[in-house]
Amino acid sequence: MQLSEAWLREWVDPPIDTQTLTDQLSMAGLEVDAVAPVAPDFSGVFIGQVLSIDPHPNAAKLRLCQVETGTGEPLQIICGAANVAAQQRVPVAVIGARLPGDFKIKKAKLRGVESHGMICSAAELGLAEASEGILVLPEDAPLGHDFRTWMQLDDHSIDLDLTPDRGDCLSLAGVAREVGVLNRLPLSGPNFHPIAPESEERWPLSVTATAACPQYLCRLVRDLDPNARTPMWMQERLRRCGLRAISPVVDVTNYVLLELGQPLHAFDAERLQGPIQVRFAHEGEPLTLLNEEQIKLHPDALVIADDSGAIALAGIMGGASTAVTEHTRHILFESAFFAPLAIAGRARRYGLHTDASHRFERGVDPELQARAIERATALLLAITGGTPGPLVTARAEAEQPQRPPILLRLERIPRLLGITLEAAEVEDILTRLGLTLTNTDDGWRVQVPGHRFDLRREADLIAELGRIYGYDRIPPSRAQSSTHMSVPREADFDLDQARAQLIARGYFEAITYSFISPSLHALIEPEAQALALSNPISTELSSMRSSLWPGLLQTAQQNLARQQTRVRLFETGLRFRIQPGGELEQEPMLAALAIGDLFPEQWGHSAQPVDFYHLKSDLEALLTLTGRRQEISLTPATHPALHPGQCARIERAGTELGWIGMLHPSLAKQLDLPAASYLFELRLHQLADGRIPAFSPLSKFPSIRRDLALLVASDTPYAAIEASACAAAGDWLRDLLVFDVYAGENIGSERKSIALGLILQAKSQTLTDQDVEDAVARVLARLEQDLGAKLRS
Amino acid sequence: MNSISDVSELSAQLADLGTRLNAEATAAESLAALDEVRVRYLGKSGQITALLKQLGRLPPEARPKAGQTINQAKTEAQQQLEQQRHRLEAAALEARLSGERVDVTLPGCGQRPGGLHPVTRTMNRIGQLFASAGFETAEGPEVEDDYHNFEALNIPAEHPARAMHDTFYFPDGRLLRTHTSPVQIRVMENRQPPLRIIAPGRVYRCDSDLTHTPMFHQVEGFLVDEQATFADLKGVLYEFLRHFFEQSDLSLRFRPSYFPFTEPSAEVDVQCVKCGGTGCRICKHSGWLEILGCGMIHPEVFRHVGIDTERFQGYAFGMGVERLAMLRYGVDDLRLFFDNDLRFLAQFA
Repeated sequence: MQLSEAWLREWVDPPIDTQTLTDQLSMAGLEVDAVAPVAPDFSGVFIGQVLSIDPHPNAAKLRLCQVETGTGEPLQIICGAANVAAQQRVPVAVIGARLPGDFKIKKAKLRGVESHGMICSAAELGLAEASEGILVLPEDAPLGHDFRTWMQLDDHSIDLDLTPDRGDCLSLAGVAREVGVLNRLPLSGPNFHPIAPESEERWPLSVTATAACPQYLCRLVRDLDPNARTPMWMQERLRRCGLRAISPVVDVTNYVLLELGQPLHAFDAERLQGPIQVRFAHEGEPLTLLNEEQIKLHPDALVIADDSGAIALAGIMGGASTAVTEHTRHILFESAFFAPLAIAGRARRYGLHTDASHRFERGVDPELQARAIERATALLLAITGGTPGPLVTARAEAEQPQRPPILLRLERIPRLLGITLEAAEVEDILTRLGLTLTNTDDGWRVQVPGHRFDLRREADLIAELGRIYGYDRIPPSRAQSSTHMSVPREADFDLDQARAQLIARGYFEAITYSFISPSLHALIEPEAQALALSNPISTELSSMRSSLWPGLLQTAQQNLARQQTRVRLFETGLRFRIQPGGELEQEPMLAALAIGDLFPEQWGHSAQPVDFYHLKSDLEALLTLTGRRQEISLTPATHPALHPGQCARIERAGTELGWIGMLHPSLAKQLDLPAASYLFELRLHQLADGRIPAFSPLSKFPSIRRDLALLVASDTPYAAIEASACAAAGDWLRDLLVFDVYAGENIGSERKSIALGLILQAKSQTLTDQDVEDAVARVLARLEQDLGAKLRS
Repeated sequence: MNSISDVSELSAQLADLGTRLNAEATAAESLAALDEVRVRYLGKSGQITALLKQLGRLPPEARPKAGQTINQAKTEAQQQLEQQRHRLEAAALEARLSGERVDVTLPGCGQRPGGLHPVTRTMNRIGQLFASAGFETAEGPEVEDDYHNFEALNIPAEHPARAMHDTFYFPDGRLLRTHTSPVQIRVMENRQPPLRIIAPGRVYRCDSDLTHTPMFHQVEGFLVDEQATFADLKGVLYEFLRHFFEQSDLSLRFRPSYFPFTEPSAEVDVQCVKCGGTGCRICKHSGWLEILGCGMIHPEVFRHVGIDTERFQGYAFGMGVERLAMLRYGVDDLRLFFDNDLRFLAQFA
């Protein structure tokens, strides 16, 4: 809502400057978005009168004008505008004037003839984007007066960003009412007199949708002067409120909309066929709107119709077939109250948003219709003349909006606001707001005026009290602290710790969009059904991710393109999967990606490309946080996005915890990523049930280490060796470590050598050499039996 | 070797030997050279040892005195040698250590840490501040239903406020949550007051331009208890924002506003943290920055979750994390947060 400060001050003029006024509005909840001067700076422009016009001796398109500016000495001014004519009152920039853009008016010679000033166009004065010809002023513009002062151009356009509850402030009158309340000033709006009809012609009217349209007023006005023009003061006010002048009929409806907040419509009466009907649309009923758009109506759309069918989308936009044109001579004014729920959302459904729908959706004062149509008729008659008919009213008494009184309890005010208001102060504030109060035992019964659709409950009234009292006057309190402790379970997976681990291991956290391109989804998770948005921003962002990998891979791509050679990223967030049963699962995940060298380039380590085992080490660091690392295993498996030989499912007791592996080389090629790209992903909820540490006593006896170099078949998994060794070594085995893995020509291609360190220790005795030899022998025998392992000689 | 005939001659010889030993020991430049000196004087056939062997030739009454003299000289010689050995050892250690000197200014070796995303960093900080005031963290789904995202928050279908939420929909009518407020509903559906909750997370709006990304982050916070007033809400937000920006005198402005799920509602402006309120580009020369929305939980919201409004009241607030992160760290382009450019991320490590 944009309005002119000067116009506002005609209604209510508090003795405060513009800045204070706009701050006051913002602090009262009518947020001021912008304050702009209505005209740029200029000076030295006076109202003149063109006395005579002569052709320029040396230029066909220029004319010599004699212009009186009130000094008694006419100025010779050369003017190129086609519309300049004798007797016109015009704005004249005299010698020494400064026009917008720091344009200084000097004496000039044009084609050999002197010119002592300039007759200005609206554009030259910054009052329009573009002008055709000079600005012609009304005949009663006072000769010789300063143009700027006479036009009240030291005015501001105030742009208010109103919240949806304050439909009552979508007018000059509404904002003035607020300013009046805040400054304890009465309003002095224009006077309204009912127009005495000059004809008996009543347009037939039938409202069947009375709940949606409890009140519909119309009036025929015949014999308008089609040549009449909207007066400059009205055009100027419209401009300052952000509207363009179009024609007297349209301008008058817009003016009243701005002034009172009542949307009005005017039909070309000659184009109406039969009685006006207010009804709901028939399914699929066609309507061509004012903007020439053709729509098919839904049956929940309220329309104005005549015998030809729908002619307007009620409260939203008129139709093309009955629109007023420059030739219109007879009009039917409409001023109606449409119930907010009958209009809400309908405009959006047809892709529309109009000044009318904006107001009706939020609620227009149901007591405003008669006043608005009288005001519009008076304004129009003053411009175009004409013969007004009587007011035709269809009012459904039973359907008038009901405003049951609200009970307000004094003790609820401090309970909600935290401050105590005296009863007198409560009464003062609410009365100023136009509410009517009657006392009850514990407070008041409050009657709300029709324009305040937002006040329905006790809490709304208390909010109003806080608003007018001033939120800033409510002191912030230090509430008592809670004794209720809530900390996560100790066994829960600590995501912050996990993040800290990854960061210490050189990973950066990324946050990527939860929606990805369907083609990327198909590449990485061809088997998972993607959840697709109905209205994505773009195809590239239309599928909900079923894995965090696509986002990380894309981020890696972009960073590699920016000359990074080493990319280590992780992300946490939900993945979205449609389960076989059709149910959507939104599961928190943690994923990581590593590309490039293990370490950043440095002097102390020679470059070593990251490999599967490096990534596995990072994964293990996270799994260790659960306290259940021993229970978690990596099982060779295949995943469509991963290299079949470097891919594992992470499992605990048969449950999948996630995946780890090298990006499938063909996928790496398609995504333009290095072949050595490594990924893992973990299902965080599956890690949630961690183990709380449980102490076991430390042995007082020495430990003994025995190293074994074993030869096994090259496809023997270490997990099998570990399992056999542990089973055979029994309780004495405190630790088992792998300190070398070798495959090469020396031992043949079918075998590999694994060097194990067995650390043995008993809890209650010192192990003898014989004990140790026996244990090692058991381990060796078992390994040979289970896996054909031999000691390497 | 000169034979000795009396004690005075012996003393003279010993003095002479002592002087020579001193000179040779001092001149020795290695432990080996020093040992040679020792052997020359104190070894089995050393010169001082030789004198001792001649003791028998002296008259018996002179022997004790002479023995004492020789032993004294021997002790002195040993002390001298020991002293010189210490000197040489210290020199050798010094020489070795100076060879082991490192360039302490060279960069360290090994892994270098990555870093948290600034949005997470900001959310963690918000979480910590509220945790210290007894708020616990809750989460909710991002694919939401209309009821939790709108209906239960007193935003019925066709409500004008819906137009302000450019919502992403799925074919079945579900949607991507447009704010973190549905977590409020989900928590209150399942738990009874007192409640002190914050809910950080991703939210989505179908909007993408210079100052909007289709995904961003919010932190919702709310408290429900028998006592909870607008003044308490002001108190908690003053406390939070002053700690967040670490400016103990930071001014706030509570402007009446409208959210369907709170009444009264307010928007909170902080005094511009860049210019201190004098006006700058960041605050569009107003001196104020709009930072969060808040209010007292609307009775309709309580009605939807079955909480007795006569007994309980509550407040709620919501803030945009990227906005806070931008102000806190001086980031001037929202879209940087989702580019994940390592050069950007590394600045928050």
